[in-house]
Amino acid sequence: MNRITKLGGPSRRALLKTGGALVVSIGAAVPFDFARAFALSPLQPDQLSSYIAVNADGTVSAFFGKIDMGHGIAVAIAQMVAEELDVPFKAVKVLMGDTATSVNQGGASGATGVQNGGKQLRAAAAEARRVLIDLAAEKLGVPAERLSVNGGIVHTGTEMAKSVSYGELIGGRYFNVTLAWNGKIGNPLYAPGKARPKDPKDYKIVGQPIKREDVAPRVFAQFNFCPDVKVPGMVHGRMIRPAIAGAVPASVDESSIKDIPGARVVWNQGFLGVVADKEWDAIKAAQQLKVTWSNAAPPFPDQASLYDHIRKAPVRKQESPDPQTGNVDDAFKGAARVIEAEYEWPFQSHASMGPACAVVEIKNDQVTLWTGSQKPHFTRDGVAGILGLPPENVRAIWVPGPGSYGRNDAGDAAMDAALLAKAVGKPVRLQYMRDQATGWDPKAPASIHRARAAIDAAGKVVAYEFTSKAFPRVDVNSNESKPHDTLAGQLTGVALQSGDGFGVPEDSYGFANKRTSWETIAPLLDRGSPLRTSHLRDPVGPQIHFASESFMDEVAAALKIDPVAFRLQYVTDARDIAVIKAAAEKAGWQSRPSPRKDQSGNKVSGRGFAYVQRHPTRVAVVAEVEIDRSSGKIWARKFTVAHDCGQIINPDGLLHTIEGNVVQATSRTLWEEVRFNNKNVTSVDWLSYPILDITQTPETIDVVLIDRPEIAPTGAGEPATRPVAAAIANAVFDATGVRIRRVPFSPDYVKAALS
Amino acid sequence: MNEKFSLNVDGKSQGVVADPDTPLLYVLRDDLGLNNPHFGCGLAQCGACTVHLDGQPIRSCITPVSAVGDAKIVTLAGLGTPEKPHPLQTAYIEEQVPQCGYCINGWLMTAAAFLRDNKKPTDAQIRSALEGLKCRCGTHVSILRAVKRAAAMMG
Repeated sequence: MNRITKLGGPSRRALLKTGGALVVSIGAAVPFDFARAFALSPLQPDQLSSYIAVNADGTVSAFFGKIDMGHGIAVAIAQMVAEELDVPFKAVKVLMGDTATSVNQGGASGATGVQNGGKQLRAAAAEARRVLIDLAAEKLGVPAERLSVNGGIVHTGTEMAKSVSYGELIGGRYFNVTLAWNGKIGNPLYAPGKARPKDPKDYKIVGQPIKREDVAPRVFAQFNFCPDVKVPGMVHGRMIRPAIAGAVPASVDESSIKDIPGARVVWNQGFLGVVADKEWDAIKAAQQLKVTWSNAAPPFPDQASLYDHIRKAPVRKQESPDPQTGNVDDAFKGAARVIEAEYEWPFQSHASMGPACAVVEIKNDQVTLWTGSQKPHFTRDGVAGILGLPPENVRAIWVPGPGSYGRNDAGDAAMDAALLAKAVGKPVRLQYMRDQATGWDPKAPASIHRARAAIDAAGKVVAYEFTSKAFPRVDVNSNESKPHDTLAGQLTGVALQSGDGFGVPEDSYGFANKRTSWETIAPLLDRGSPLRTSHLRDPVGPQIHFASESFMDEVAAALKIDPVAFRLQYVTDARDIAVIKAAAEKAGWQSRPSPRKDQSGNKVSGRGFAYVQRHPTRVAVVAEVEIDRSSGKIWARKFTVAHDCGQIINPDGLLHTIEGNVVQATSRTLWEEVRFNNKNVTSVDWLSYPILDITQTPETIDVVLIDRPEIAPTGAGEPATRPVAAAIANAVFDATGVRIRRVPFSPDYVKAALS
Repeated sequence: MNEKFSLNVDGKSQGVVADPDTPLLYVLRDDLGLNNPHFGCGLAQCGACTVHLDGQPIRSCITPVSAVGDAKIVTLAGLGTPEKPHPLQTAYIEEQVPQCGYCINGWLMTAAAFLRDNKKPTDAQIRSALEGLKCRCGTHVSILRAVKRAAAMMG
């Protein structure tokens, strides 16, 4: 028998009615008084009630320690919870990313929303059902094995008269059930109960294309983003960044903004911001403030020498994460033919739709933070750290930001807002300006990649070697829990602690001799750098697989083998083979080697193939492109994607997620490159950091979803980003016979390459 | 120096006191409490701040409040309601277009003016009408589907 703790009377008041607070849920009503409820019982990862609550009316609240980056993950989580509990989908409300109501499940991270986050909620919901059946058995005087659940009512099968609802059993009270927590927080957190989740063959809700309920509020202007949070008494903040990266203010003339109502300067070492009562006044103050900057030596190489810099820079760390297969060096010595190539990928920006925003209120050392950060629990820890307070004094409330694809500027904004709020003694709403959003967000790392293959006399690939040399994947960690991982920390004297790591291709090419590795180099500036690196959607995946999958195409072409046939000749994994075949079949792929040689004239077209794994998810893609040779413009007209992420929770959400991946990856491939000179980043708006326009949008994205109900679901938020660049490059080669080995394939670059 | 302005927003006349140079965006958001036009760039490069001024889509981030005069301002909130949705709003829900949705004002307000003036547009005409608007999540394919669906609904 499970002991039940009463909650002190279930309050029906809406959550957090205080000014400016926003309810983040996929439905309207929120039954518990969460602030009070969780004040009574600490939120613990090993407590079932930390994940699932049954309300007095029988509805269910699911508390999710991750967030939605726009893919509608709340729908998928609600489906998983409703399925296990045997309640209607509509009965489940998912509450995300509030440190007062959810444990740290890692926030959005590595496409693990369903894979890890959903796995935990599924386990918790299954356990809740088991406990509820036990309670019902006791109450009804019937053995548990004779009970079934239908729509949240536990009953005795044929004797429907003998029944009790979840709400009657436990509504508004805690389970007080301890789970087998693995002791971890963040992505690896797992705390199952004794119950086993359902057999997929019994699914009624999982697998259904249920639509998002948070679309309508957006289109009717009833939806609040983080920049829409308003707190009584708040002032507006803006930050000021140096023209030469690394420079710090030497003197600040506060009198230069004395005519602006309420304008104040906040200056601490390299940290410089202003606040004013009105937002436009804060913007004017930031522009008008006279600042003398220290003499900083220009920290960067000229952009034209970026890849030379990477080639020549000392290697800081080298690693071969997978053991070598066979003996690569010997195999190359005996090769009849060696094929080699090198590829280049630039720094890229998140360039989120709007600059990041954060609102911070500090009252008697109790802090409330509204943030669009993808990892609000870690942001709480960072804000606590920079304010010198214990984490329990800080409540972080995630509110959707203006776009989120990784560790963007949101993490910095939270810390900046905290320092401003502390300095001025008022709640502060800080939003960056466009030049800061694009110019000063953490960047995806620039890299070079070298591949070579040894071919024997029979035309067989006998050895393959692949290595990347790059800026590390994280100069600043993918969460902002430590001040050294934020601009505010670094500008107030905490040195950058650049991480070391990159990655290797993920595939199942079964070459007899195979070695993959990476090398990292030091960052260009040791603190406060606009070229500091961190995670951008599918961190380092697009870079590596642009190179590895372009190279496979190069080898296939050199051997005059059809690119799909080449892959099927060497790929060993059954799921890989299935996605490759599915994409080729759906696209109507005709077997022939690239390039095609039947075209003349200015406009030519071609098709390209690429396939990847992304820790367990598999994606294969066919790109069909048209190229205007005279302008160098590429139109990626059609994509055919085959996608296997195991068990599909919601095919509608998955399709939209894949489409977004493909379009954004096309943008990164064709257009995106952070420009800089030796002083600073010069990509500061949409003209200097162009992205894909609607006029260049693909006409068609055909998706084949491979559902494998028996295989645990894995990520979908990132994998389809990974193969796109190579598929386009391979299609350009097919059309023109010219190999593009550097991203972005901008018209000028392509035109020059074709001429 | 602050001045008084009377603005007609979504059919309602409202008075504000503001610096004449203040972009309309900040007046709508901060003085009139409308959250739906968004700050994306402040440079008229993205569209997140788009509202209609006498039926024409304009970028409120670069339009000084003093330039509005007695023109009628319509924001996304004034385009339609859940009870009386604009066909584009219906189509956006049907097609589940937005991901983050921060860009939505630009696409909906620009497309609404375009579809009002252009019946049965071609794919190329729609793309051309929406050129320059930004969506960072990559929902472009859904946007095109939704605009075509709305165009069909509007006959």
